[in-house]
Amino acid sequence: MPTPPIVSAKGVHKHFGHLHVLKGVDLEVADRELVFVIGPSGSGKSTLLRCLNRLEQPSAGSITVDGIDMLSPATDINHARQRIGMVFQSFNLYPHMTALGNVTLALRKVAGKSRAEADELGRAALERVGLADRATHRPLELSGGQQQRVAIARAIALEPRVMLFDEPTSALDPELVGSVLEVMRSLRESGMTMIVVSHEMGFARAAADRVLFMDHGLVVEEGTPAEIFESPRHERTRAFIGQIRRH
Amino acid sequence: MTRLDRFLDAFFNAKVMDKYLPDILAGTRLTIELAALIVLSGILTGLVLALLRSLGFRPLNWLIIFTVDLFRSLPPLVIIVLIYFGLPSAGLSPSSFVSTWLSLSLVLMAFAEEIFWAGIVSIPRGQWEAARSTGLGFGQALINVILPQALRLTIAPLTNRTIAITKGTALGTVVALHEILGMASSAVSNSYNPSPLMMGAAAYLVLFVPVVVGARWIETRFAWKR
Repeated sequence: MPTPPIVSAKGVHKHFGHLHVLKGVDLEVADRELVFVIGPSGSGKSTLLRCLNRLEQPSAGSITVDGIDMLSPATDINHARQRIGMVFQSFNLYPHMTALGNVTLALRKVAGKSRAEADELGRAALERVGLADRATHRPLELSGGQQQRVAIARAIALEPRVMLFDEPTSALDPELVGSVLEVMRSLRESGMTMIVVSHEMGFARAAADRVLFMDHGLVVEEGTPAEIFESPRHERTRAFIGQIRRH
Repeated sequence: MTRLDRFLDAFFNAKVMDKYLPDILAGTRLTIELAALIVLSGILTGLVLALLRSLGFRPLNWLIIFTVDLFRSLPPLVIIVLIYFGLPSAGLSPSSFVSTWLSLSLVLMAFAEEIFWAGIVSIPRGQWEAARSTGLGFGQALINVILPQALRLTIAPLTNRTIAITKGTALGTVVALHEILGMASSAVSNSYNPSPLMMGAAAYLVLFVPVVVGARWIETRFAWKR
C-alpha cells in the first residue's frame, strides 16, 4: 500500500488583482521525496511554494501538509508552519541576532523550549550545516553561503516534515553555491522531504526524484530529471531547458 | 564703563543673577518634571498607536492617521490655549501644568507614531515572512523580529523630535506656567536686566546637552555591522 503523500495540493489558484498567477496546480509529494520545480520567471513556481505554507493565501483549491488542512480556518497556522520549513532566496536572517539567536527564536517562542534546550537544539542544527563555530556571529559577519546555511539550520531546527526551498542559491556568488547544495544534499540523504524551486540542474540531476516544469501558472510536464532534461515532451519545456543550458 | 563692562552688566549681572537664581532653579525643576512626563507619555502612546496601526485594521488606521495628522499640523501653542481655555467650558479645568503636558504629549505622540511607523514599514517583508514561516504569530514576529530593528532606525529622528517638542514647554508661559522661560522673562521685567535670560539659556543647555549625548550613546550601543 503506498504511503499517503506528505504534501497534497489540488486545483490551486492564485490571483494577484487581475493577474492569474496559478491556474489550477496539482502537486503531490511523497514522504522522503525530493521534487524540483523549474520554469521561467513569472511562471508561478515561487507562488506555489508560498501557498503551501500559506505565506500566500490561495484564491481556490485545497492544500494538505502532513494531514493538516492548511486552508481550513480551524487550522492553527502557526502550529502547522512548524512542520514546513522554508528557505528564501534572500536568506532573511534576523540581522540583530546571532546565528544561534536566529535558529533558536522559534524554538523558544513557538516550540516552547527553554533557553537551554533551545540552545542545545540550535547548536545541533548549526552543526548539521557545518557552522557550529559561527554560533555567536551576526548575519552580516557571515558570507552569503554561510547565511543561507544558517537559514537552513533555522528551518530544520524545528524538525519539519517537509522543507521548501525558494531559489536558495540564486542570490549567491558562484563559488558559494556548492556549500549550500552540499547541505541540501546531506539533508536529502537524511530522508527529508523537499520541494525545491531552483535552476541548479546539476543538483537536480543528482538528487531529484521528480522535476516539474511550470509555465504561465500551470504544470506543463513532469518526470524524472533524465526525462525532463534529456527528452522533454513539450516544446515550451524544450525551449526553457535549452535556455538555461546556454547559461 | 567700557563696552565689555556694559555688556557684562547687561547680560551677566552678578547681583541680578544671584537674586533670581532660586526662581530659575524652581523653573528648571518644573521644566524637568514636565519634560520627563511629556517624553514618557508622548513616546509610549506614539509607540502604541504605531503597533495598533500595524494590525492593518482599516477603520482604526483612518482614525489613527487623522489624529496624527491633526496634531502634527496644529501649532502646539494653539493646542495649549485650546485645552487651557477651552476645556473649562466642558466642565474640566486643567491646570497650566496639565494643559501643557497634555498638549505637548499629544504632539509628541503624533510625531513619534509617524517615526515608529516609518521604522516598522522600512523593515523588509522578508523579515516578516521568515518569522511567520517558522510559526511565530503576528505579535511575536512584531515584538521579536521587526520592532528591535525598527527601533534602532527611529532613535535619531525620535531624539530630534523629542528635544524640539520638550523645548516647547516654554510655550507654557502663555498659560502662566512657571517653567524656565516664564521665570526668566518675569525676572527680566522685574529687574530691567536681561541676565536672567542668560541663566535660562544655561539651564536649557544643562538640561538638553545630556539628552543629546545620551541619544548618541544609545545609537552606537544599538548599532550593528551593516
